[in-house]
Order: sequence, then structure tokens, then C-alpha cells
Amino acid sequence: MSTETKTAKAKSFFKSPARITLLIAGLFLIISLVESITGSVDISSPGTSGATLRFAIPLLMAGLGGLWAERAGVINIGLEGMMIVGTWTAAWFGYLHGPYVGILAAAVFGLASGFFHAILTVKIGIDQAVSGLAINLIAAGAARYLSGIYFPPVGGDRTVSPPVETLPSFTIPFVADFFKSIDEKNIFFLSNISGLLYGITRDLSVVTVALLLLVPLTSWILWRSKFGLRMRFSGENPMAAESLGINVYRTRYIAISVSGMLASLGGAYLALVASSVYREGQTAGRGFIGLATVIFGNWRPSGVFAGSLLFGFTDALRVRQAESVMSLILAAGIVALLLAIYYSVSRSWKPAGAYFGIALFALWVNQKVDTIPQEFVTVFPNFATLIVLTFLAQRLTPPAMAGMPYRRGAE
Amino acid sequence: MSNVLEVIGIEKKYPGVIANRDVSLQVREGSIHAIIGENGAGKSTLMKSLYGLIRPDAGQIKVFGSEVNLKSPQDAIELGIGMVHQHFKLADNATVLENVILGSEPTRFGFVVKYDQARKKLLEITKNYGLDIDPDESLSNLGVGERQRVEIAKVLFRGAKILILDEPTAVLVPQEVDELFANLRELVKNGLTVLFISHKLDEVLSIADDITIMRQGTTVATRKPKETNKKELAELMVGGELPKPKAGELKVSSESILSIKSAAYSRADGREILHDVNLELHGGEIVGLAGVEGNGQSELIELIMGLAQPSAGSVQVLGLDAATTLTREIRNAGVAYIPQDRQRDGLLMSAPLWENRILGHQFADPMAKGVWVNKGAAIEDSKRVVDEFDVRTPGINVLASALSGGNQQKFIVGRELTGDPKLIVAAQPTRGVDVGAQAIIWDHLMQARSKGAGILLVTADLEELFSLSDRIAVIYSGTIVSILNPAKTTPEDLGLAMTGAKSA
Amino acid sequence: MTKSRIFWGTIAPTAAILNSLLFVYIILKIRGVDPVEMFKLMVSYGFDPRNLVSEINQTIAYYMAGVAAAIGFKMLLFNIGIDGQYRMGAFFGAVVGAAVSLPPILHVLIIIVTAMLAGGLWAAIAGYLKVKRGVNEVISNIMLNFIAAAIIAFLLSPNLLGSLPEGSQNLQTKPIPQSGQMPTIKAFEGEIYSVIFLALFVGIAYWVMLNKTVFGFNLRATGLSFRAARASGVNAPGMIFITTVLSGAIAGLVGMGTLLSETYSYSMAFPSGYAFTGLALALLGRNHPVGIFFAAFLWSFLERSAPVLEFEGVPPEIVIVMQGTIVLSIVIAYEVVARINLRQQQRAVGSVNAESVSNQAANVKESK
Repeated sequence: MSTETKTAKAKSFFKSPARITLLIAGLFLIISLVESITGSVDISSPGTSGATLRFAIPLLMAGLGGLWAERAGVINIGLEGMMIVGTWTAAWFGYLHGPYVGILAAAVFGLASGFFHAILTVKIGIDQAVSGLAINLIAAGAARYLSGIYFPPVGGDRTVSPPVETLPSFTIPFVADFFKSIDEKNIFFLSNISGLLYGITRDLSVVTVALLLLVPLTSWILWRSKFGLRMRFSGENPMAAESLGINVYRTRYIAISVSGMLASLGGAYLALVASSVYREGQTAGRGFIGLATVIFGNWRPSGVFAGSLLFGFTDALRVRQAESVMSLILAAGIVALLLAIYYSVSRSWKPAGAYFGIALFALWVNQKVDTIPQEFVTVFPNFATLIVLTFLAQRLTPPAMAGMPYRRGAE
Repeated sequence: MSNVLEVIGIEKKYPGVIANRDVSLQVREGSIHAIIGENGAGKSTLMKSLYGLIRPDAGQIKVFGSEVNLKSPQDAIELGIGMVHQHFKLADNATVLENVILGSEPTRFGFVVKYDQARKKLLEITKNYGLDIDPDESLSNLGVGERQRVEIAKVLFRGAKILILDEPTAVLVPQEVDELFANLRELVKNGLTVLFISHKLDEVLSIADDITIMRQGTTVATRKPKETNKKELAELMVGGELPKPKAGELKVSSESILSIKSAAYSRADGREILHDVNLELHGGEIVGLAGVEGNGQSELIELIMGLAQPSAGSVQVLGLDAATTLTREIRNAGVAYIPQDRQRDGLLMSAPLWENRILGHQFADPMAKGVWVNKGAAIEDSKRVVDEFDVRTPGINVLASALSGGNQQKFIVGRELTGDPKLIVAAQPTRGVDVGAQAIIWDHLMQARSKGAGILLVTADLEELFSLSDRIAVIYSGTIVSILNPAKTTPEDLGLAMTGAKSA
Repeated sequence: MTKSRIFWGTIAPTAAILNSLLFVYIILKIRGVDPVEMFKLMVSYGFDPRNLVSEINQTIAYYMAGVAAAIGFKMLLFNIGIDGQYRMGAFFGAVVGAAVSLPPILHVLIIIVTAMLAGGLWAAIAGYLKVKRGVNEVISNIMLNFIAAAIIAFLLSPNLLGSLPEGSQNLQTKPIPQSGQMPTIKAFEGEIYSVIFLALFVGIAYWVMLNKTVFGFNLRATGLSFRAARASGVNAPGMIFITTVLSGAIAGLVGMGTLLSETYSYSMAFPSGYAFTGLALALLGRNHPVGIFFAAFLWSFLERSAPVLEFEGVPPEIVIVMQGTIVLSIVIAYEVVARINLRQQQRAVGSVNAESVSNQAANVKESK
């Protein structure tokens, strides 16, 4: 009984927005501290924060795509394929008619691919995983087939499209300069935080900003709009929804089509913003990591956003400077230690012990290992998701009927 | 007071079965009207007709004085009829408010939900009718009683003037029942009308203004609580005469084959389903377990079969401790099991009949030879079962799902009675089978008894109960309240015991 | 009876293949080449003796993946983790094979057992998560596939279990000595892996286990109805776990042909994508060992004969699209056939049972 109220307290502690801000600041203080100890500056450098954003956006879009489908009750394993649709159509139509048309094309074709998944799973009622995997296969094959036909004659080759005109980007005036100046002054903590903010206020693509807006928009639709309410009930209890006169099939059709569009836009971002060509294998499993961010983010847009930032961050570090991962592990160790102390003060021995164990492990790794192998950094998102599923499954609130077959009129 | 709802001569037939005939009912405005009756008396069919879920073949329904033709629940809702189902249709991962407004959301521009306005309206409803629920609470935090209030609020939110509650107390603990009744009284005080279905006489007498009794598909009488008593109601429910017990020579052996001592069982969520259950069963006798469904029968069977573990007490089956013995060992020791839900628990629906013959017998001779399945024996014995029990099928290679329900049941009974079992757990063995098949199954059960088997017969069919049972154990609210002798039992005795009015 | 069973069993795959042929026909037409000519070309190229051998060798690997998936399907498990399990099996088989020195046959046996153990244990993670934690096996297996690849990539680094042979860019395990290698069979104008006998054995063992043993009966019963199996005395959760492990163990054998008869070491060049292929083949072959064989051969035939399309300016990846279309067509066709089949049987039952109507009515009433 007493531990129950304690965990409830701990939960509410993390939930209050003011506290969260405080927590993030504290976390950043630790990172600053670690950076000044180890001399590594890459965690908070403008380059890293900028790269994090660039890596995070495609994951975010795939994640939001997964969220839309699962909230409506259908698992979308085909996100990867739908991203491929986005990379290819964005590059090809972008090459032909300019990048804006490319993005529009990716949205339209993505919508179509989502609609295809909806026909298969909602109308015909085949296994959702089979449908998704088949879409992955067909999309990959079709992209390669079409590349082979269309790209070589116009200056690309069988696996790479011709370059597409880049989209405009902008630096937020004054604000970015301000952060830059502080970053250069090398003041403990302030400079670190400014470096990070400088990274995300300079060279911003308009597409990045537009796509980021989809996070609050999705939240708004889910919790404020009529469609969102009906969509959530289609995923939670379609029988109840149907009994109240709601057309579950139609709701699912729309949600899954949007899911395809979002994933496809993530692909378009890869082709047009993160680079300026379509390249075979460009999506590199990001659709699956998007699926992971849905679980990691507990089926909430903000959670998916946080998850994609975290996974994008590890990606950015991997690419930029593997050593800085060690600083991160040190920082994680310190955080775990603090949590262990927090829980022992509130006499919740079980979590305290667990966090203490994590802290010890992190510190041990930091002492004993020179660099974390790149392979492990790459699969961090997958590993983290598995851990969350294993140990926090009771805390997760997936849509109750996601993945289950549902036929109209079922009791 | 005028009648808000009037039913005149409703009839509903399914091919071969008359679910409702000549049903008439008058419900006064601002009253609580209870409808009582046994399982299968036709209450649910009537309610479905009133809510537009099914359309009666004949008869009239009048709402607020004018005749109506209900095609769908939406029609009913528009007329001000709302239904609270026994199984709640709610989503856990949403708030109370969201659950209430779904499907009739007030909106701005047609797509922005006006949550503030909806919340205000809901709060008004909860205040007016004393429904204690918080609109912004997540449903996952609510107990059964609160969920029921959400369902009631849902109906009121849609402007219902007549509420139909389908066995609302079946899922509630006594304290929650009191709260519900307080809510219902509040509702009628505000001019609403409540129609509620129940089995429990005490409850009905304490809450209802009018009581209509149904039996065998029709309404037999309407009484006011002040003018009647439990005795009369029980008699009206069960019928004037009970079937005569079959004259059969009783050869009860001294060997106890099933011995349940102060057994209790709680579900994973902590709700206690069974408590202090005591029952002895000897070879050569049939003990009928009578009771309204949902009083712990299914759980008791699970304990006996080793499919669930008692939280207290002991269950001894053929000398084995069922709590620690695997189901397969219990079956191998000579326990036959005819499950209540034959399609889910008794058959592999998409496997051929001969494979279904093996199911439950795959751990012993002759269906298994060591690690091997004995297909030859299975095929041969399937043919025997099909012949002996008159299973109507073109062959034993057809899938179980292709057979009609009655034939599926005959096949299961045939399978389970093979090999002279010592204990037979038979749950609703003749449900949904025709009269001829019923006779066959009864005959075989009596034969098994005369061969010395002990039979626990769980049934809702009174004719079956009285025709077969040597003793009748009545289960109510998770415990056995009385043991009756069928030869000396009057309808009121049984009715009172089953409805919890009397505990012996 | 059996005749009609074979008919109903084959009609769906045939329809699916025809459907996707039609699809490709249209695409080729759009491309402006003669589809019939293309198909002819593919067939003559695919049945060329030299190509036939490599097709058979590829069929062996696909076959194992198909059987592994089929075992899972029988339990309603969607083993998308075959990729990771196969990698684990091939990698640890290679490592152990290179590390020990034993007499010939025993050496090979040790490698095979190691591969099955590695694949099975890796699958056990997903099995445990499903049974004990309720984690959907599709999600956990997707994650586990990535993790398996990372672990192996890490272990392949030169200072651990890998080595970089001179003049090669490809990290690989140390080679398995002669005693651990399996001979090949000269046939047509090439060499067929003798692992084909292992595949044959796996197929037969799978069929016998499933259809003749009590264990197989319990496995199928649990897959058909968890509750009915439990009520009949089967430890249903336990069966789910064991089936997952078994499926993983078979998946561990997927890479054995290449490893024991061709490369003798595991490298990053080992192909991926066996999971989806395995699932597709099990679907196409209706979980039947013979059906899976034909499906596996069709798959490798398509892949080996695809390059010929390039001569006519058709990118060979059209075959991947075709494979995806086959899979979709097959699941849709099964839905349809299953419905027709049940209706037919019900009609047959109805004709012998005059009372069935009233019984069904009684059921309606009862199930309300």
C-alpha cells in the first residue's frame, strides 16, 4: 500500500510541467559538468543539436505515422515501405518539378500507400503484419525497379537519383546570433545550453518547422477534435464505438491513410532535406525505429517526439564522434545515481536498488571500456524499446484493440 | 400516471424456437418496473425488441402513447429510450467524459469538440441524479459500480427518458447494489422511468414499483411489491409444477470421488468469486448444481479440473489434490469434462471430427501410443460416437465448425463418456440441442450413473435438473446455500434458494 | 476426399501466382516489352543446368526458413525473428566450428547442434517475453533482429572473434577446418550442398512431429484454440514457448548450406531478409513440407532467372514486386477459399441433417 502511494507520488513528480523543466535543466547541468570533466564538447555542440534534429525528423514522422494507425486500431508494419515511397517520389517529382512538388507527391503517394494498407486490413481483413511486410517488400522492389528505368537516362544511376534542388533554410535572426555569442564565450552551463539552442536555430529548413508542427497538431486532433475522439475509440473499443453509431471502418480508413502520408513525408525529408538525392537503402530501417518510438512514447505525440529526439541524438553522436557516447554514459550513470538516492530517501527500495545497479554499471563501463562499439549505438533504439516493453509493460497504455482483427458487427 | 411504455402481444420466433409470445407490459411514468424470470424466459428478447436491436414478428410497442416501429438503437434513442447493457461498452484508455459523449459530441464547426460545454452538461446530470462520477477521471481507475454509473450517464446524456437496465446487479457487490438503487430512486424522482431486469427477489421487492414475471417466453403476471411476497414470485417464476424425478435405482457408493472443503477462489483482480464452498460427491449419484448463471459455477468447475487454483480450502478429485495436480493427470485419472462453452473449450472448431475425438484424451491409451497419436483408433472411435450418439454428419473428416451446435454437443458428450469415467463434470450438457438429442444425452448420463460414475451436473434447465439429479446443490453468490432433495422440493423452495432469499 | 483436399489446397496458391503473373504482365506491357517473350526467356534461363544448381542450393536455405516460419504459424506465431535467429545460428556455428577440432562427422554435428541452439535460444527471448510479459512477438522480434545483427557485427571485430583475411574488405570468422566441412554433390554442371539431406530430414521430421505425435497434436491444438487446448490438459503457455524455440532452432539452420559447403566462415556478406521470405513461403506452401518446397523453389527460381530481364532493359527488381504481390494474393485467396470451403461443408452437413436448421436457431437464441 505504502509503496503504491509512493510510486504514484513519483509519477506525479515527473508529470508536472514545471518540474519537467527543472529536471531537464538539471540533466543539462550534469551534462555540462561531464563535458567539463572529460573535455569532450560534442554532446552540446551546435553541430550535434542540429544533427539530432535532422536525424530525429524522419523518425518522428514514421513514429507519428505509426501512432495514427495504432490509435485507430491497426498496426502498421509497412511504415518502412511507405517511407521508401516517400524518398522515391519526393526525389523523382522533385527532380522534375522542384522540391515543393516533390513533397506534395510524397504526401499523395504516401496517402495512397496507407489507403492500400487500409483496404487490405480493414476491408478484406487479412493479417495486419502480413499486409505491412508485403508493403515493405513491394515498395522496396518497386523503388528499385523504377530507379533502374528512370534515373540512368537523366544523370542518376540505378541506385541514386539525380540531385534535387535544395529547399530554402533560414536562421532565426538575432536569436541565433545571441546564442552563438554566448556559446563562444565558454561559460560553464550557459554556453553549453546556448550551443545546443544555436544548433537548432540556425540553418532551419522550412520543411523541418512545418513537420515539427505536426506534433502539436496530432495532439490537438487526438484530444480536441471529434475525429480524434472517434479514432481513439476505434482503437480502444471498436464494438462500443460501432454501437454508438460510429463508422469504425471509415475512421480507420482515414487514419491509416494519414499514417502512410506521414511516413512518406518522413521519407521525403530524407531525400530532400537531410540530403538532396534518393539513394537505395536510404531509409535504413527507420520505419521500424519509428514503430519503436510509438511504444517508447507510450502512444502519445509528445512521447513519440521525445523518443525520436533521443534516438536521433544517439544517431547524431554515432555519426559525429563516437567518444562522446562515453560522456553520455557517464551522465546517465550520474542521473541513475541521483534517482537511486531520490528513491532511497522515499524508501522505495526496489527502484532505488535498480537505479543503483544501473549507475554502477554505467560507471564501470565508463572506466573499463574505451569506446562503445558503433554497432551498439546504432541499435540503441531497438534495445531501449525492448527494455521498455520488458520492464515497463504495465505502465504502457497501448490502444486496447491495436493489432486485433475486427469485423463490423462483431459482439 | 400515464403509461410511458406499452407492449401489446409481442411475438418473436426464431426457426423452431419461440423466444417471445403474447408478451404484454405496461410501464407507468416515473416508476421502477422490474422484470423477473429464469434464464431463457425471454427477458432479453423483449429488451432487444424495445431497444430496436431486433424486430418482433407481431405485436405493438407504444412509447408515450403512440405506436412506434423501432428499426435500430438510434430510433430508440431518439424516442428517449436508453439501454444500459450488462457488459459495459466502455474504453479504459479514455476519460469518463469522453466515454459519455462519444457519438453525440457537441461540436463547434462540426469538428471541434466543445469539451467544456459537454463537461458542464455532464456535471449537471451527475448533480441532478446524484451520480457520483468525475468527468475527468480516467476510466481505468474506476470500479464496476462507477462504470455502471458512467453507462447510466451515457444514456442520460443522450436525453433518455426511459432507462432499460439489463441485469444491472449481476456484476455488483451488495454495497454497490445499494448505491445503484439510490441512483435509480433519484432518477424516478426526477420524472424518469426505469425498466430493470433481475433474478433476485429481495432486490426486486425492495426497489420496484411494479414487478412483471416472465416464464417460457411470455409475461405471466404483474404484481406490486406490497401485494405479493417472495413465495408467490418464486412460484410464478418457476411455474406451478416441477418435473417429476426419474425413478431410478440409487446405488451410491461410499467412495467419495469429489470432495470440496471450504474452498475459496479470487480472481487476479482480487474480486472474490467463491467462498466457503463445501460439496461431497459419491460414485453412482448425480448432483445437480442449480443457480442463476454467474454465481460462481464456472469458477467451481475450473477448480475441479485443475484449471484454476483455490485461494483457500481444498478440492479433492478422485483422491488427487486438484490444486497441485495437472489438468492432464486429473483427466487421466478418469474425469470427463463437458464444458459449458463447447465451441471455445470443448472443440477445435477448424479441425476434423476425428481429431476432436482425441482432444482431452491425448495423454492416454487408446488415443495415444507412447509419443504417437493413434489415428486409427481415433477414426474408429469417432465413427462409434457418431453412430451411438446420432451425430448428424456426412463423415468424420468434416470440420467441427461445420456441424450444428446440437450435433457438436452430442459429439462432445459421446467423447467424454467413453471409457467409463469415474467423475463426469457436465456443464449445460443439453443446451441448444433438440429434444431427441436431449433424450439420448440424458439416457447416457443415467447409464454412466448406474455404472457407478459420479456426476456433477451444472444446469440452468429445471427439467434437466429435476429429471436427473439425486441431490440438488444450490449455488448463490459464490457459495452453496442449500442442498435439496428433488423429490421433496417445492418450486418456491428452489426459487427462494436460487434468488438468495433464503439460505439454509 | 483427399482429391478435393488437394484441389482446395492448391487452388489458392495457383490463383495467387496467376494473379501476380497478370500483374507483372501488365507492368511489362507498360514498359513496352513482350511479356510472354520475357517469361519464356526467364524459364529457359532458369532451367539452364548451371543456374539450376544454384537455385537448388538457394532453395535449401529458403526451405529451412519456410519450415521455421510454418512451425510458428501452426501456433499462430508470426516469427519475423527468423532473420536474427538464422544469423545467430550461422555465426555461432561458424565460431564453434572453427574453434574445435573433432573427427569429421562429429565435427559437423557439433556445428549443426550449435547453430540450432543459438537460433533457439535467441528465439527464446521473444518466447519468454510473449508468454511471461505479454509482449507481441512481431515487435520484439523486429527489435531482436536489429540487435542480433549488431551483436554479430561487434563480435566480428578482429580483436574478438573475427578476422580480416589479406586482400579482403570483409570481416569474417576464422575458417572451419576440413573435418567440419560438408561435401557437395556433383550434379548438372555444379555442386549441390549435401545439407540438402538435412533439409529433407527437417521436412520429414516436421511433418511427422506435427501429424503423428502427441506433442504435435498439442501444438496444433494450442494454435487452433488456446482455451480448448488448456481445458484438454495441455500446458498451453508452455507450448507457445517451446514452439517459439523450436522455430528458432530450425531458423538457425538456414545458413548451414553456405557455411558448411561454400564459405566455411561467417561474414557480413551473409544475406538478410530470410524472415519475410520464410513467412511468405510458409503461407504459399500452406505450412505443408511439400508445399513449402515448391514455394521455395519458385522463389529462388524467380530470383536466379531475374537478371535475364536486364538484357531487355527491364530492371530485375520487378521480381521483388512480384513476390510481394504473390504473398498478398495468397492471403486474400485463402480468406476466400476458407469461406467457400466452410460453406460447402455446412451444406453437406445440412443435407444429412434435417434438424440442423432448428438447432442453429436454438444456438442463435442461446447466444443472443
